[in-house]
Amino acid sequence: MSIKENLFSSKHKKLIKDPLDDNNPITIQVLGICSALAITVKLEPAIVMSFSVLFVLSVANVVISLIRKMIPSRIRIIVQLVVIATLVILVDQFLKAYLYDVSKQLSVFVGLIITNCIIMGRLEAFGLANGPWKSFLDGIGNSIGYAWVLIVVAFFRELFGTGQLYGYQIIPLDWYVDSTNMAAGGYVNNGMMILPPMALVTVGIIIWIQRSRNKKLIEDK
Amino acid sequence: MKVFRNILNVIKPTFEKGGKLEKLYPAYDAFETFLFVPDHTTKSGSHIRDSIDLKRTMFMVVIALIPCLLFGMWNVGYQYNYATSGEMGVFEEFMYGFWRFIPLILVSYIVGLTVEFAFAVFRGHQVNEGYLVTGMLIPLTMPIDVPLWMLAISVIFAVVIGKEVFGGTGMNILNPALSARAFLFFAYPTYMSGDKVWVSEAMIDSHSGATILGDLASKKGWDQGSWSTFDMFAGFIPGSVGETSIIAIGIGAIILLLTGVGSWRIILSTFIGGYLMAYLFNLWGYNELMQTPAHIHLIIGSFAFGAVFMATDPVTASQTNLGKYIYGFLIGVFAILIRVFNPAYPEGMMLAILLMNVFAPLIDHYVIQSNINRRLKRVKSTN
Repeated sequence: MSIKENLFSSKHKKLIKDPLDDNNPITIQVLGICSALAITVKLEPAIVMSFSVLFVLSVANVVISLIRKMIPSRIRIIVQLVVIATLVILVDQFLKAYLYDVSKQLSVFVGLIITNCIIMGRLEAFGLANGPWKSFLDGIGNSIGYAWVLIVVAFFRELFGTGQLYGYQIIPLDWYVDSTNMAAGGYVNNGMMILPPMALVTVGIIIWIQRSRNKKLIEDK
Repeated sequence: MKVFRNILNVIKPTFEKGGKLEKLYPAYDAFETFLFVPDHTTKSGSHIRDSIDLKRTMFMVVIALIPCLLFGMWNVGYQYNYATSGEMGVFEEFMYGFWRFIPLILVSYIVGLTVEFAFAVFRGHQVNEGYLVTGMLIPLTMPIDVPLWMLAISVIFAVVIGKEVFGGTGMNILNPALSARAFLFFAYPTYMSGDKVWVSEAMIDSHSGATILGDLASKKGWDQGSWSTFDMFAGFIPGSVGETSIIAIGIGAIILLLTGVGSWRIILSTFIGGYLMAYLFNLWGYNELMQTPAHIHLIIGSFAFGAVFMATDPVTASQTNLGKYIYGFLIGVFAILIRVFNPAYPEGMMLAILLMNVFAPLIDHYVIQSNINRRLKRVKSTN
């Protein structure tokens, strides 16, 4: 470390900007798909999940970066797991204490943050090789990249699957079909949106739009 | 025909490069090639598979669907008349069904072709003719009372997600018509299954509109009294519009086979697979669906319609001859398996075909590999 870099130099900004689009963990690296399918039925759990991952990833990246020179490379995976698991338990307890309903909805998926490939992937690829400030920025960038995809998917799934957003009814109840007089016609929620396959299709559409906008992502023929 | 040619010749320069409407050339091209055999010559190496081009092939399928279409229209009126014990004549029944069914066809074609044209203009390629068939198949697989906006959404889903995402006609993995039906089935199950949707206006009059398979699945028992085997064969039963009559489907199948558009290997092996599976279940005989005679299984529901018009789709089926046998056989087996084991999905044919669509390239891969291996062995042993 000879030259001291500005805290927000262009290199550092790139650490945050890259995972948002050019190197998005979900749409480009296709990591963390399982949670993107499982908890995007509604907006609220998706947002809570995003914040949980933001906390775990950024803190774990910093911790691993701080102790990176002490970890024997043979047992680095175990050390990483211990750090992640500790943080996840903290998040889990916090949610249980202050956001019990959401915690119940997320159920096992909070615990499964431990196995979220994005976190392990960033620790291995970045935290182990870079300083704490850079690692922190990388953690923030990647979890925001993860979060926006999650929130966009959840937005469409909740809107069309249940007609609500964040628990509030958006599509007017008068538009709905009357269950005693089905033949009169009217709006019906799309049951397919609640099923996991539609989350996959929604992620696919995001990838499609992203690739046709961003010329850097088009492979050479 | 000369009149059309002259009109086309006059407006052609507007659409060609440099013309005012060059962006809309794909749309012009679609009309021109629809009316006349195109005069384009191949620019790179050519791959000739057939003497007729894709538009004429697709048109054969539409012609083969006409018997199903006409019978389906009449049957809509007949079922309505039968359920309400009204007093319509044969012709009135047909006209009733005609006016109920025409909106479905119109919505399917208008929405589907709009999406196709939009993609063609946007991407600057030709308009694909595949939708001529898909647009006819989709309404034929629907219950008559399906709300038109739901139909429109499922058509958009089928064309965009089922086809254009993969690169348009010829590139799709799943059968687009079945993608539309599967989408509706899972998105709006109350309008696609149950005992209220299969006869026109069953929701209003609360007369029963259950299909035979629906009755069997809900364990009401096998009521041979209300429908004779001949009724099922001729198609005087409730169901999706085009699927009921084996006679009409049979005429369509003959047209497809004579023109060489459909594969007899797939149709034959599908029926064999279905019959064997149903026969095995007969021997087991645990519940109503298992006890249903094997030959009945083949003539109720959409088994025959799916085998003739859906499974034979040349894009999504296996390409190798041995592969076609395996592909068809497994469709038959899975269709009966899903019917019998999952009462929530009384019609297994749709899911079976979609499943095997996914596996078709894999089947082809192994058939080709085994061919290569066999020949390699022969070469090595002679050396």
